[in-house]
Amino acid sequence: MSLTREEVEKVSLLGRLRLTEEELALMTAQLGQIVEYVQLLSELNTDDVEPMAHAVELSNVFRDDVLVASYDRAEMLANAPRSDGECYLVPAVLGE
Amino acid sequence: MTTRYELIIGLEVHVQLLTRTKLFCGCSTRFGAPPNTQTCPVCVGMPGVLPVMNRRAFELALKTAVALRCQIAPFTKWDRKQYYYPDLPKGYQISQYDLPFSSDGCLEISDPKGRFERKRVGIIRVHLEEDAGKSMHDEAHGRADSRIDLNRAGVPLLEIVSQPDMRSPLEAKAYLTELKLLLSYLGVSDCNMQEGSLRVDANVNLHVYTPDGHLVPTPIVEIKNMNSFRAVERALAYEAERQFKVWQETGQRLGDVPKQTRGWDDVANITRPQRHKEESSDYRYFPDPDLVPVIVSEAEVEAVRQSLGELPAEMRNRLEVAYNISPYDSDVLVNQGQALVAYFEQVAQQCGDGKLASNWIQQDVLRTLKERTIGIDEYPVSAQRLAELLRAVRAGRVDTMRGREVLARMLDTGRTVDETMAELGIAQLDEAQLMALCKELVAENPKLVADVRAGKLQAAGAFVGQAKRKNPNVNPARVRELVLELIQGQSEG
Amino acid sequence: MSLVELGATALLAELEAGRVSSVEAVRAYLERIDRYDGEIGAFLRVDRDGALAKAEEVDRRRRAGQAVGRLGGLPVAVKDILCARGELTTCGSRMLANFRPPYDATVVSRLQAADAVLIGRTNLDEFAMGGSTENSAFQKTRNPWDLERIPGGSSGGAAACVAADMAPLSIGTDTGGSIRQPAALCGITGLKPTYGRVSRFGLVAFASSLDQVGPLARDAQDTALLLEVIAGHDPRDSTSVDRPVPPYHQLVRQPLKGLSIGLVREHYAAGLEPEVEAAVREAARVFQSLGATVKEVSMPHSKYGVAAYYIIAPSEASSNLARYDGVHYGYRTDEQAMLAELAAEQALYQSAGTSAAEPDSPLVRLYRRTRSEGFGPEVKRRIMLGTYALSAGYYDAYYLKALKVRRLIRQDFDQAFAQVDMVAGPVTTAPAFKLGEKVNDPLAMYLVDLYTVSANLSGIAGLAFPCGFSRGLPIGLQLQGPPFAEERLLAACYMYQQVTDWHLRRPSLS
Repeated sequence: MSLTREEVEKVSLLGRLRLTEEELALMTAQLGQIVEYVQLLSELNTDDVEPMAHAVELSNVFRDDVLVASYDRAEMLANAPRSDGECYLVPAVLGE
Repeated sequence: MTTRYELIIGLEVHVQLLTRTKLFCGCSTRFGAPPNTQTCPVCVGMPGVLPVMNRRAFELALKTAVALRCQIAPFTKWDRKQYYYPDLPKGYQISQYDLPFSSDGCLEISDPKGRFERKRVGIIRVHLEEDAGKSMHDEAHGRADSRIDLNRAGVPLLEIVSQPDMRSPLEAKAYLTELKLLLSYLGVSDCNMQEGSLRVDANVNLHVYTPDGHLVPTPIVEIKNMNSFRAVERALAYEAERQFKVWQETGQRLGDVPKQTRGWDDVANITRPQRHKEESSDYRYFPDPDLVPVIVSEAEVEAVRQSLGELPAEMRNRLEVAYNISPYDSDVLVNQGQALVAYFEQVAQQCGDGKLASNWIQQDVLRTLKERTIGIDEYPVSAQRLAELLRAVRAGRVDTMRGREVLARMLDTGRTVDETMAELGIAQLDEAQLMALCKELVAENPKLVADVRAGKLQAAGAFVGQAKRKNPNVNPARVRELVLELIQGQSEG
Repeated sequence: MSLVELGATALLAELEAGRVSSVEAVRAYLERIDRYDGEIGAFLRVDRDGALAKAEEVDRRRRAGQAVGRLGGLPVAVKDILCARGELTTCGSRMLANFRPPYDATVVSRLQAADAVLIGRTNLDEFAMGGSTENSAFQKTRNPWDLERIPGGSSGGAAACVAADMAPLSIGTDTGGSIRQPAALCGITGLKPTYGRVSRFGLVAFASSLDQVGPLARDAQDTALLLEVIAGHDPRDSTSVDRPVPPYHQLVRQPLKGLSIGLVREHYAAGLEPEVEAAVREAARVFQSLGATVKEVSMPHSKYGVAAYYIIAPSEASSNLARYDGVHYGYRTDEQAMLAELAAEQALYQSAGTSAAEPDSPLVRLYRRTRSEGFGPEVKRRIMLGTYALSAGYYDAYYLKALKVRRLIRQDFDQAFAQVDMVAGPVTTAPAFKLGEKVNDPLAMYLVDLYTVSANLSGIAGLAFPCGFSRGLPIGLQLQGPPFAEERLLAACYMYQQVTDWHLRRPSLS
């Protein structure tokens, strides 16, 4: 099963990437190859197998509802690509 | 024959849980702080940081679900719901997808005015998730930037999804009111819509009954941006008409078009379509590897159930029976919250008349609370004093009208009932004084006497009015009795 | 013998005895870095001043008879994917080229508390995605045994700096073999601890259910020393296990009695180079000579590891890397250029009518440009793969299926460990390959991880150390044990290193 260029383009939007024509062609070929390889799994019958999402069997890990001082705003905004000293700034998000 | 339709409403409510700190970090959840002053690397989703779940948030969520009579899942996990938005700093929201911690509950709604039948609204699921931040855009100043405030990012939210069981805007409002009441009884949320701690989205469509006897479901529309219960009512009423018009024009049925999202415009009083990107609905949910599952035992659920206390529905029933008040009265009282009910019960018990206590509290106490925008805990007259006053009313020491004057004065002076009655010159006349006064009245009003004799009993009311003008402290009921006795005595004599 | 050849345990003994100062030791390593790192490229940044200041402070305290931490004055190199407050933490990515976290990773805090001298940040494949360290946005790292060859990856800098004696101890991370594979290819010892043994807080996530921080060093003893410092429960990591940390450094020297080792039948299939197989089988014989019993075990699902891994890891990665969107930190595209680009597209769209695609909104384009410019090709490939595997209609066939196969792989291990204490096998099919050899063949690069991914999928411990050479290049042996069997793996390795000298060999650097 290989991927179409259109599928790859759709996935690139979903993952918020933008590929050039050349990258798109290469990605389509490479992903197709990898997807074909992972088809290997389909030969296993896993109907009665519980999925394993975690590598460790822990449960009920909580913290207490105790206030911890927040970080200084200037320190948090120091890494922002653009801010006005109070907020992070992005191009207008109207209507989205 | 005209085409009929039924409005089908399901509500999705998000409430902020009353925790001190956010769902996954120790930042404060306090409303109204300057932008980005309640954040840390965890809630801003900086590289390498990890979430640790707030125990209190889970406990409050569990409490709510149990109160909503939900099934509690013995095993629940946390999922990532992925989409890109500047107020969602991690690029995903930690939420619950296929294994929510609770499902299949219900909430009973009724209308004390009887405008709809009592019914159970099914709850599909209740789950816990984190809130996003806030994007602000200053349209008026035409600024090209949006500003992002992440104070709210990571605040714990409970999502409560109802079955499409409501059939009118009134039922929807009743559901919301009852839900809000339940949440405040449980102490799990303050449900303040202005501060965003309660938000409502609606899923609405119609069941159209065609003249040839078919039922046709129309496409489901999701309505957002409803900022008050009143707005919910109005938006739903608007949608019913709009959707019926669309049905008449297009004949579109459920499944013909993708689900539409519309926003309520509170100024224009209409809903408008919202931009909806097709790809954005592919949320690519998967279990969050940074959080471990939660296992809840039967015994824990039972312990939560035992700890719930009396919930509004039970309380209404009990008040009706214990104090012999109407369902309407118990509804009004219970809807005011536990503190007011406690006040009522004290007054009712101490004065010995539930109906009287209920009337006075609904008419006088609630009016004052409203006028002064205060809670019952700030009301200046204690339950004991009000009960004392009502005992005086019952004993005929003071009539209802003068009793109100006494209460009004007590509100401002804080004095006792006896002191206040003395200040107002209210002293009960003895029987001899009262008899003398009544004889005087009978002698002065031959016309009224004749009317009474002619069977016009309302004429007796005029005697009471005159008696009060002569002496405000008279007991009207006794005046009426005495006057009637005197007139009857004359005729016999 | 020069200071840099001592190794951590011996150097610590010298420091504690007062025969060597930390400043002297740090200077020796800095000189070594000056001399050799130009061609090896193991370090992205060397903190000369910070290291010397810390060394002086430790020396002062030690001289004054005050308490000194467990690593008192030993230099440690840290992979550039663990956050350190106020310091650049780049993950080998253009995306985070200027990122300074306002917090420390728990491992970094623990190292500081143990008085380690953090000497510099090591190179890696971007966001730890790769097996050759060729995917770093900043530089290539070369294998000290052959500068034309890769050091392995993603902890290539971490392994190369130890192999070239530019640091006695080094912190790496392992998501699918990223500690064990470069350790093997560089001829040193490297441990992937049990999942949950070491805190992940402050480790920039690649695949959260697989990532684990671990030590790289010259031998079992030094590895045990570093593990002892970084292991332990962390309330800030929900997946960290609350379990006491044994005194690994002391336990490592206790010989294991009645040790049983399994050789996995499925490891010896086509693709394994004969020299590597021979070295592994010879190592098994060494263990036998030490009293261990060796028997064959079967792990029928091992061949599915790479396929399951390359669904699960990219899926988690696609989600973990969604946060790099140019809004709150990190790289952002040139907004003016972006707006100009959009305006041009809009004009074209309007004139062309329906024949052209509707341009993105400014926000979507900001994301897409930022991410396409900020990430390198391998990271993009994995984001694409993971996004695809989780997308509507494919989740069950890929992601869910992989999680089920993951369970089967873990069950294979459980069954093996019911029969033997640990399994021994190769780390890679072949010694280090040449730079550029596999850059255009991602699938071939992924298959390099054949022997290592299963430990990550299963959450168990894996240890790699040298067991031979082929054409002058080191060959690694891997021991894998049940969860929290680190002390046994290290003790077995120590026994082996007492009777072999592979770990003592040094590359000849000019």
